Amino acid sequence: MDHLPTLVSEARDAIQAAQSVAALDELRVRYLGKKGEVTALLKGLGKLSAEERPAAGERINQAKQTLAEEIDTKRAQLESIALNARLAAESIDVTLPGRGQAEGGLHPVTRTLERIEGLFTRIGYDVAVGPEIEDDYHNFEALNIPAHHPARGMADTFYFDATRLLRTHTSPVQVRTMKSSEPPIRIVCPGRVYRSDSDLTHTPMFHQVEGLLVDEGISFADLKGTIEDFLQAFFERDDLSVRFRPSYFPFTEPSAEVDIQCVMCSGAGCRVCSHSGWLEVMGCGMVHPEVFRHSGIDTERYTGFAFGMGAERLAMLRYGVNDLRLFFENDLRFLRQFA
Amino acid sequence: MKFSEQWLREWVSPQLDTQAMADQITMAGLEVDAIEAVAAEFSGVVVAEVLSKEKHPGADKLNVCTVDDGSGEPVQVVCGAPNVDVGQKVPFAQVGGVLPGDFKIKKAKLRGVESRGMICSASELGLEEETSPGILVLSAVAPVGADFREFMHLNDMTIEVDLTPNRGDCLSIKGLSREVGVLNRLAVSGPAIASVSTEIDDSFAVSVEAPEQCPRYMGRIIKGVNVKAETPLWMVERLRRSGVRSIDPVVDVTNYVMLELGQPLHAFDRDNLQGGMVIRMATPGERLTLLDGHEVSLRPETLVIADHSGPLAMAGVMGGENSGVNENTQTIFLESAFFTPLAIAGQARSYGLHTDASHRFERGVDPQLTPIAVERATQLLIDICGGQAGPVVEALSVKHMPEERSILLRSARLEQALSKTLDSDDVTDILQRLGLDVSIQGADWAVTAPTWRFDLAIEEDLIEEVARIHGYNNLPVRRPAARLALRSSDEAKLTQSQLRRQMVARGFQEAITYSFVAPELQATLLPDAVTPVLANPISADLSVMRASLFPGLVRAMEYNLNRQQTRVRLFETGLVFNGELDALSQVPMLGALVCGPREAEGWSGAKDRVDFYDLKGDLESVIALGGEADAWRFEPAEHPALHPGQSAQLLHNGEPAGWIGTLHPQVRATLGLKMDAVLFEVRLDALSQGRVPAFEPLSRFPEVRRDLAFILNESTPVQALLDCAKQQAGEYLQDIKLFDVYSGKGVAEGHKSIALGLTWQHPSRTLNDEEINQLVDSIVTQVRVKLDAELRG
Ligand SMILES: [Zn+2]
Repeated sequence: MDHLPTLVSEARDAIQAAQSVAALDELRVRYLGKKGEVTALLKGLGKLSAEERPAAGERINQAKQTLAEEIDTKRAQLESIALNARLAAESIDVTLPGRGQAEGGLHPVTRTLERIEGLFTRIGYDVAVGPEIEDDYHNFEALNIPAHHPARGMADTFYFDATRLLRTHTSPVQVRTMKSSEPPIRIVCPGRVYRSDSDLTHTPMFHQVEGLLVDEGISFADLKGTIEDFLQAFFERDDLSVRFRPSYFPFTEPSAEVDIQCVMCSGAGCRVCSHSGWLEVMGCGMVHPEVFRHSGIDTERYTGFAFGMGAERLAMLRYGVNDLRLFFENDLRFLRQFA
Repeated sequence: MKFSEQWLREWVSPQLDTQAMADQITMAGLEVDAIEAVAAEFSGVVVAEVLSKEKHPGADKLNVCTVDDGSGEPVQVVCGAPNVDVGQKVPFAQVGGVLPGDFKIKKAKLRGVESRGMICSASELGLEEETSPGILVLSAVAPVGADFREFMHLNDMTIEVDLTPNRGDCLSIKGLSREVGVLNRLAVSGPAIASVSTEIDDSFAVSVEAPEQCPRYMGRIIKGVNVKAETPLWMVERLRRSGVRSIDPVVDVTNYVMLELGQPLHAFDRDNLQGGMVIRMATPGERLTLLDGHEVSLRPETLVIADHSGPLAMAGVMGGENSGVNENTQTIFLESAFFTPLAIAGQARSYGLHTDASHRFERGVDPQLTPIAVERATQLLIDICGGQAGPVVEALSVKHMPEERSILLRSARLEQALSKTLDSDDVTDILQRLGLDVSIQGADWAVTAPTWRFDLAIEEDLIEEVARIHGYNNLPVRRPAARLALRSSDEAKLTQSQLRRQMVARGFQEAITYSFVAPELQATLLPDAVTPVLANPISADLSVMRASLFPGLVRAMEYNLNRQQTRVRLFETGLVFNGELDALSQVPMLGALVCGPREAEGWSGAKDRVDFYDLKGDLESVIALGGEADAWRFEPAEHPALHPGQSAQLLHNGEPAGWIGTLHPQVRATLGLKMDAVLFEVRLDALSQGRVPAFEPLSRFPEVRRDLAFILNESTPVQALLDCAKQQAGEYLQDIKLFDVYSGKGVAEGHKSIALGLTWQHPSRTLNDEEINQLVDSIVTQVRVKLDAELRG
């Protein structure tokens, strides 16, 4: 009994010195286990007098509790150290790039076409497509461009034979749609078109989006509103100035070229706009009655408008691309810029 | 069309500066392309008269002259021009003057003789591009001392308009001033043109055998012309400012009248004409040497001007070399004709020609101009070259002249078309100033189109005229109204955009390659392809339509490999063309190509190269979008561009839908490619066919899984094993997984071990071992029988 304080102090030192949870568990067994040294003291109580017994028992239990608490505290301490050590060992460099396939990207022309399609389909236009090898009838005749019409000189055509050719615009799709459906018609026709021209500002193949709206009571004012809205939405510029210049297309009457205030210099004049402050971006007009007649649409009841634009031109203005030919070289260093 | 602003302003002169007038006509549809000063900057140049000329004492080629420059004192000047002479009026740069190029005129000594100024040539004043051979000699009436710029009206601009093909009527000063007059509501007036009195009776017979193509032909003899006369400077200047070079006075006059009035004219040397003029269609193979020296073989659809010995000129396009005016000509036959646009359209182009005359006739020349232009040209010719005019001979076929076009413009239609009510008097005024004959019918306008406006035929044409002159930008703007009608949408269908985006998510860049390719490249990849060939390709490299997306993708790969891009993942969507023109298919495809390392260079990646299974995985991920992977099969098959042991044909619901494979090593060698590539192309219509999901209840009962490994012959495709197993596995088979492929130690030579994991589940009860064992037995038996394969021990 008398050596209890010695025992407790000895046990304490051992607990404090323990280096691992396992060592601590051993100490618990050695001092507090069923056969432990402190537990053994309890067994020795019987040798004491009845008066001495409660006080002595009390002291032993106290010592037991103290040691148990100390073991728990130390244990928590050791566990925390172990955890920290493990966490430290497991730490990684989170600034290393992630694993797996890098993202690819859409071609800037596709990106532009999808953007244009999106603007129009959201207000109820459908997307229509058609063949690229066309016949003379759909590419010219039905669009009020008879043989030898001076307008045929406007588009240098790729021919296969006397009547088969690569479409010079996506207008044949409009013709096909008008023939196969009833007004109201609202479509946009994106796609590849071909003209035998190749220099700094022309490629023999490029992309167009044409649009067509046919309904009762459609006027030139509707055309102006649609084009203005479109251009302001496309360039995300509510204040973009748009102007309409009389022009000539055999398939529209009245016809107009559309200019926007130069998006590079805001109209102040720069190289891109030839210092005029304006950029020609598209053509449009009211559908010519002759075109309606070819498609069997009643010209007294219905009117409509059509418009057309070059996707490359718009992509160049939107993304600042300065060389048309880049679009068809498919240089990965170019393509990756549009991801 | 280029024109001089001053010339135009003689006809009509609005209170607008050059730029404002250019903007105004641009916004009326006559697009101004360029505005340029007609002369470079210079100052201190006056009109002077040469008073004396003596040889320079120290230089053979120089003269010492004195000139009267209006200053009161004769001025001594050394001049090197061979043509300088006493009595000439010349442009004289005084000391202190500045010539183009900032060349300052100073007092100087030339070989010891004092020279105070400089007599100038046209090129020294920036009036001619080429170096002039001598000084510029002015008209004898030029006032001495007058400022040369003012005397020559050099403070003028050349304005270039880019006219649309419908506005042939504006290819003249007369036509342009008409437009400017309408826009500014101003009257227009040109020079008075009167009939020239005939002094001789000489004439030349004209017969028109093709009146449909040439409804009106006029001509006249002018005798005693001096073709060596000089074209007056004012005319040379106006021609120059219109972009036309002075040739000789006869050609200059015909060009001048064409620019002024819009009527192309032609002058023949009367002494080279035989019998009479015949306007007829060419006989096939007839030959004609044109003014430009080219000999052409004429086709029967070409209209010619002939005499009794043969064709002299291609009507409305170009004259002939042997019948034109030359330096010995004394008598000319002046032609003014109306050729219908249809007769001339396409003719010049079909012979590779384009002339000022054909440009105008194709677009339409006012048939009422024919006699006016004859008189105007005759007068100018006689003024310049002298001579006497004979009577005008005319061949006219009234019934072939353009019909009068009467058009009704309804005010209600006009208002509907423009969403605006325009002032009725204003509309009338616009129509009348445009030259239309207008009669008011109630609220509407009944008009007759003027003979020079070939483009006005229907009501919409008049609506455009009114809108154009009123100003497009003064018309209202509104948004079209439409009913908000919902439309059904095909849920099973994938859009092209979804398919493209899946490729992008798999790390592909989208390419767009030309639809026409080099025939050699296509032949190397697809020796059996039949595709349309362009009759007029831009180059041989772009002359056949692609039968596949492979040629374009391979070219794009090569392009990038040549630019140190070693890891290429490209895809493209677009049409491919197969078959003869009469049995042509134009099918939209998705194609892709990969080469180089499997993963982008990085710290974690394996360094190995992509192979067949990488690209197959990409393709399967696209197929999976539709949720109908079972509709697709990869059948081992051979394709000329692909490695015979590493290629498969794709079947969609049993129909051929595309190809996938490694580029054939032989093809790679032929094309000189630096790397192996794997490619696929698949029909987009098949890829976009998905399904609408259909729910199946989830079973609450346990799954049973059995793993089976088979030893197969190396050449037996795994697909055969899977098919066989599926067929025998019964209706409760949920899933079949291929989890191991092994060959090597423990597996006999020429064989492979394939491990399958099969999972069964019943919707409403627990499956017992016995039934599963039965299914497994039946699979094993079938595989043994059909594929000669054993369960691995
Ligand atoms: Zn600009």
